[in-house]
Amino acid sequence: MRKLFAVAAMMALLAGCASTPVEEPKAAVEDRTPSTAVPPPPGVTTVTPVGPKADQLPSALKDPRNILSKRSIFYDYDKYDVKDEYKPLLQAHARFLSQNRNFKMLIQGNCDERGSREYNIALGQKRADGVKKLLLLMGAQESQIESVSLGEEKPRCTAATEDCYSQNRRSDMLYGGEY
Amino acid sequence: MRFVFRSILLLLALACTGAQAQLSIEITGGGANQIPIGIMRFAGEEILSQRISDIVEADLQRSGRFRMLFAGNVDPPPAEVAQVNYADWKNRSADAVVIGSVARLADGRFEARFRLLDVPKQTQIGGVAFTLSAQQVRTTAHRIADVIYEKLTGDRGVFSTRIAYVVKQGNRFELQIADADGAGAQTALASREPIMSPSWSPDGTRLAYVSFENKKPVVYVHSLVSGQRQAVANFKGSNSAPAWSSDGKQLAVVLSKDGGSQIYLISADGSNPRRITNSASIDTEPFFAPGGDAIYFTSDRGGSPQIYRMSTTGGDATRVTFDGSYNVSPRVSGDGKTLIYIARDGGRFQLKSLDLASRQSQLLTDGQHDESPSFAPNGKMILYATQTNNRGSLAAVSSDGRVKQRLSVQAADVREPAWGPFFNN
Repeated sequence: MRKLFAVAAMMALLAGCASTPVEEPKAAVEDRTPSTAVPPPPGVTTVTPVGPKADQLPSALKDPRNILSKRSIFYDYDKYDVKDEYKPLLQAHARFLSQNRNFKMLIQGNCDERGSREYNIALGQKRADGVKKLLLLMGAQESQIESVSLGEEKPRCTAATEDCYSQNRRSDMLYGGEY
Repeated sequence: MRFVFRSILLLLALACTGAQAQLSIEITGGGANQIPIGIMRFAGEEILSQRISDIVEADLQRSGRFRMLFAGNVDPPPAEVAQVNYADWKNRSADAVVIGSVARLADGRFEARFRLLDVPKQTQIGGVAFTLSAQQVRTTAHRIADVIYEKLTGDRGVFSTRIAYVVKQGNRFELQIADADGAGAQTALASREPIMSPSWSPDGTRLAYVSFENKKPVVYVHSLVSGQRQAVANFKGSNSAPAWSSDGKQLAVVLSKDGGSQIYLISADGSNPRRITNSASIDTEPFFAPGGDAIYFTSDRGGSPQIYRMSTTGGDATRVTFDGSYNVSPRVSGDGKTLIYIARDGGRFQLKSLDLASRQSQLLTDGQHDESPSFAPNGKMILYATQTNNRGSLAAVSSDGRVKQRLSVQAADVREPAWGPFFNN
């Protein structure tokens, strides 16, 4: 009903615009009732993030003396290749995943704030995909790993400095229950 | 239960709207060949909550295409043509003058009528009478400004259109919708996780956007009529960069489900995904060319991110941008003639336009971090995100680069603007 009304109002408006103005003052005034263009949003939808249920995570993943507690890989500007220094870290996580097939991992690729937000989603994806590819080569299984991108949307550090930028060019490896 | 839930949401909505900070607009440049015009006070408009003549004047002024002449405090203001002092307006070089009146109707509503008069010819160019409720003062004023703008410039006015954008306040993200002048902001979605890339459906009733509420980018379509939202692209990996086809039936999205970021078409309900790019490179930021048979997109297939064009049915892509090593975020004007995009020059990201026929390009902005441009539906202004004092804000520039506006919300980070379509498309 409301839609019909809006359509009628729109047609009246279109008809009005097309007509030529008439000198006679009364006839030159068209009658219209403005309908609200698009009805205002009926309600704010509030979403609360949901994560997978926390599993019992082995202490090795959290022990600061264990290499498995390290989860981040850092990159140069506009680059997505994993530097050699991170290969032992990836090997340790690949071994853990291959020995614990019921564990799942989410790899989140991140970028610094420079450039297009959407292009940075793609760049972060390339970073996360690169980590996933190496982990698969090293023994993890496809079904265990999802690689996603947060682009520049979740910066760890927010100042506009190279130091901050380098902390934000990062892939993070998170186990099910940690995100 | 469901009813109770909806009621809570509604309460929330009201609470948010009440506390909403308004976008305020500051004009920082003027256009050429401005039309001199006088907007007289409307006789009897004091009975409304706001003066219609003020809103009309602010709209026209903001467009940069008019020069406002002081209309004086003629008391009482003229309600009929016979009361207009044409000789005086002619002396002041006015091209046009607007008069109007407001009256209360028997049913409690109001009638607002206006006449647009050609001063040199001493004739009426246009006139409309509107019936309005007390809540429709701004809507009516924007309609009047649209009529005046179109009669005098030949282009359709955009004062009745709306804009969407994302506000970040602390860890809270809100997708908001406001009138084109920044007034009447309402929150459509609030989240603790980022929201980005809002895109209007061609009929203005739905927004597609990317939300990170599931710890990864997922594309949603959100009805502004019902408030219902639906995940339309939630595949393994990342889902992002939604763009509507001109008929509103399809979306182009970027999915990483098959490895790498590639462009797919999906139906607006999320069904039937079809891959249209096939590269080992990044392909993202699709934007439909008018008519819908081609898309513009960003790809690094040539070694650096550049803009390409290809048919939506697949096939080879043609490279469109060549200058510089970083050209992204393509958008095309409604007539298909002008491409706008973000170019990196040194460390600066700025808005450029490219005339697709002549290949002439023009720098439109001078910011450090300008991004996310979108055309007004009449193609005359471009809304984009910029940074002021290290904080996100919105700005607009005319497509010829002459008129500049800044829009800001107090104490908040504003980003990801998208200008909506004509209201009755």
